[in-house]
Amino acid sequence: MPPTVGKRVPRNEDRRLLTGRALFVDDVRLPGMLHVAFVRSDHAHGRLRSVDVAAARARPGVVAVYTAADLGGYWQHAPLLVPPPPVPGLVFHACTQVPLARDKVRYVGEPIAMVVAESRYVAEDALADVRVHIDPLEAVVDLERALEPAAPRLHEHLDSNVAATVHQQTGDYLAARAAADLVVTRRFWYDRGVSAAIENRAVVASWDPRAEHMTIWDTTQAPIPIRNGLARLLGLAESQVQVIAPFVGGGFGPKIMMFYPEELLVPWASRQLGRPVKWTEDRHENFVATTQERGQLHDAEMALARDGRILGVKDVFLHDTGAYDPYGLTIPINSQCTLLGVYKVPAYDSAFTAVFTNKPIVTPVRGAGRQHGVFVMERLLDIAARELGIDRVDIRRRNLIPPDAFPYDHGIIFQDFTSLTYDSGDYRPALDQAAELIGYERFVRDEQPRLRAEGRQVGIGIVNYVEGTGIGPYEGARVTVEPSGLVRVATGVGTQGQGHFTAFAQIVADALAVDVAAVRVVTGDTREFHWGTGTFASRGAVVAGTACRAAALTVRQKILDVAARRLGVEPERLELAHGRVRVRDHADDPGVPYGELAAHANPLRGAVTSGVEPGLEATAYFGPDRGSTANGVHAMIVEIDRDTLLARITRYVVVHDCGHLINPAIVEGQIQGGVAHGIGNAFYEQLVFDEQGQLKNGSLMDYLLPVATDVPDVEMVHRQTPAPGNPGGLKGVGEAGCIATGAAFAQAVEDALGGRLEIREIPLSPNRLFELLHDTASPGDPA
Amino acid sequence: MSTVSDRVPLHLVVNGVAHSCEVEPRWLLSDVLRDTLGLTGTHVGCEHGACGACTVLVNGEPVRSCLMFAAQADEAAITTVEGLAPGADDPLTPLQESFRAAHGLQCGFCTPGILMSMTAFLRDHPAPTDADIREALSGHLCRCTGYTNIVRAVSDAHAAHRR
Repeated sequence: MPPTVGKRVPRNEDRRLLTGRALFVDDVRLPGMLHVAFVRSDHAHGRLRSVDVAAARARPGVVAVYTAADLGGYWQHAPLLVPPPPVPGLVFHACTQVPLARDKVRYVGEPIAMVVAESRYVAEDALADVRVHIDPLEAVVDLERALEPAAPRLHEHLDSNVAATVHQQTGDYLAARAAADLVVTRRFWYDRGVSAAIENRAVVASWDPRAEHMTIWDTTQAPIPIRNGLARLLGLAESQVQVIAPFVGGGFGPKIMMFYPEELLVPWASRQLGRPVKWTEDRHENFVATTQERGQLHDAEMALARDGRILGVKDVFLHDTGAYDPYGLTIPINSQCTLLGVYKVPAYDSAFTAVFTNKPIVTPVRGAGRQHGVFVMERLLDIAARELGIDRVDIRRRNLIPPDAFPYDHGIIFQDFTSLTYDSGDYRPALDQAAELIGYERFVRDEQPRLRAEGRQVGIGIVNYVEGTGIGPYEGARVTVEPSGLVRVATGVGTQGQGHFTAFAQIVADALAVDVAAVRVVTGDTREFHWGTGTFASRGAVVAGTACRAAALTVRQKILDVAARRLGVEPERLELAHGRVRVRDHADDPGVPYGELAAHANPLRGAVTSGVEPGLEATAYFGPDRGSTANGVHAMIVEIDRDTLLARITRYVVVHDCGHLINPAIVEGQIQGGVAHGIGNAFYEQLVFDEQGQLKNGSLMDYLLPVATDVPDVEMVHRQTPAPGNPGGLKGVGEAGCIATGAAFAQAVEDALGGRLEIREIPLSPNRLFELLHDTASPGDPA
Repeated sequence: MSTVSDRVPLHLVVNGVAHSCEVEPRWLLSDVLRDTLGLTGTHVGCEHGACGACTVLVNGEPVRSCLMFAAQADEAAITTVEGLAPGADDPLTPLQESFRAAHGLQCGFCTPGILMSMTAFLRDHPAPTDADIREALSGHLCRCTGYTNIVRAVSDAHAAHRR
């Protein structure tokens, strides 16, 4: 049978989604189910003096109201999800969130009390009955002011608002700087946005006191760690807790965060009350109670030789971690590491300070800090090119890591705790191809001058990125051939739209010579598979996909062995096709269906040979030593309207390399969607907090997501430099689309405005462009 | 004196099936479809009319069911996503088919609302251009796809219909 990997196979999951029959968490309905609403802090910073819930408890239909005092020993700080990496001299203060605020509130939206009622309407009615007394404190909003000695402290056991400091270096930056012909020094700002999955978060928990079993449906990207953690916190065995992440309506990072207060409280309440309990986040809550990302302030410089060669880069930056830091340092470490990009940087000196602020908690959002690094590096190169009189593409060409330099070790530590080593890559052809496809030379030489002469503001941007993907620790999969002939695959990662039900099915279908549609994939149900970590860091296809392949190959061998014994021939004489085994060169032999062999391998009587496992089933794990390095080039042409300063993207080209493709349609969907997300970050999306830490645009009417009229069709080229670290040559692609967009956009807009402005911040709304052009705000300031 | 929790009778025909129930006047149509009638294919993404995920057809016209009280839909005929291909083995509509063929959905959460809007759009616009389709789609938010494949799916469904 021809392989399906590499083909545009339509998705197995689509029929259920298109007919309204796919189960999402908010669709779970159980007899006697109760509904939850949360009282949340209206103040960004304050002392919580009292919470009076008597009136709420008395309201008809209210079943229970809980405050921190009601939680007893269950009230504790959530566990630190990601410990800091082993960087020498690193300082990290873990200050994780609590289920319900007790003494202090630290961001608007922090949960204070939990109302459980017979319906969501009644639960929300009762929120108004709860009397909360908070003595407000000055809010810490601005990153630099947060570090002033007189700044109020969020966590008063610390002596400042510093959450962490990390310094990594390689080479001798001071020597590089001394030898440089040019040093470019700038300040860059990248602002915060929301992930904006269209499905808000939700949790349903059902405690069965007779079975002593807890079932939890959760919109999480990491059902297995959720199960393990909740079992421990609830004092249950892991086998007593089942966590199901069914269809999840978009993840984009914040759904990997754990443990959200609601995630801790809903199962606890179900156990207290002996009834199923549901909470579904509303959109207003999503803007404050779901984690966010992106606020960073970089003071960066680049030392260069006259010919444009980079001699060294220095970067000192502040990272906004919000009110708590449960996700450790993944984001700023990603920024620090991804900044180096596709370039040889002989000397690198990078130090960051993570800062607590009275804003929602920061954890990875698609890209997870990589955007910031790419933005800083690519902007420095643009500025250096201009000052040295070198073409923008040429200065990049002169600094690329050459194809014979892999594996390429940058000499610093990456988020997965291993050295930042690129496994593979071929950067020059990708850059050349992107420049060729968008017509860079022709545009700069002919088209732009012609259009400018007509009074039109058109510009081009072209930037590189790398993405460390497919990191460990491991994932696993179990492949089973059932007596019906159906092939079942179970893996621990959750799925939020990435097409795992199809991509994993393709991998298994090819190994077993069955149709893709005959492979039923289950993801995200701890009863089906309970070893693994989750879907994050563009790793599902690489790590879980490789585990699926290994398990399927073992099952293939079992099929051959059972058939060989059954048919009395050597396994080498057998071939597999369309779910059947037959003896090679016997074209008229219909062969034995796998289902029959599966039944044969699991007899009711007789004996299974000693040392042989029953059935046609295998479990396998894959843990890469290090991730695989994807890369790409984004290029775009924009036109800026003279009157409105609205930017219209007229062309967008992505040349990318994520190794071998499992399903090009799915990969292209990830890129197109990622670019749309990136366009949002670059031009539309910005969370605006006032000086009191109040979010001023917390609705989808005020916070603008790109719509169909804003996003161009991305023209794509797939390059396929195989990853050496896994047998399929796979690299991840989930975040690639949005990593480079801001940098490309800034370059293109700057070019379109013909040097009237140097762009050092993202996002750039039309309003912000107007302010910058008319010098009504200093560049680099948060808007 | 009546209160917000006094119920009123409601008669609806949803996907061709008549329903009679009692609802609080403040209950949203989206909540009644999902909770009272168990039709959870209609998804709720924002409850302020911005995302479009909850769109259903009320007497043939696309309506955001989170912006309408159920009581306002008394005696109405409603079509939800479950009504497009009601049986488990029923063929998908050409629009549903082309969404699958064009990879016009990823997580699929926004998809039911888009299918309902586009079903009405294709009925009312026999020869849409891609620009028309994008304009019509701009009332819906999708965070996964970047829209291109949705535009293609709608365009292909239109072409298939013409054949």
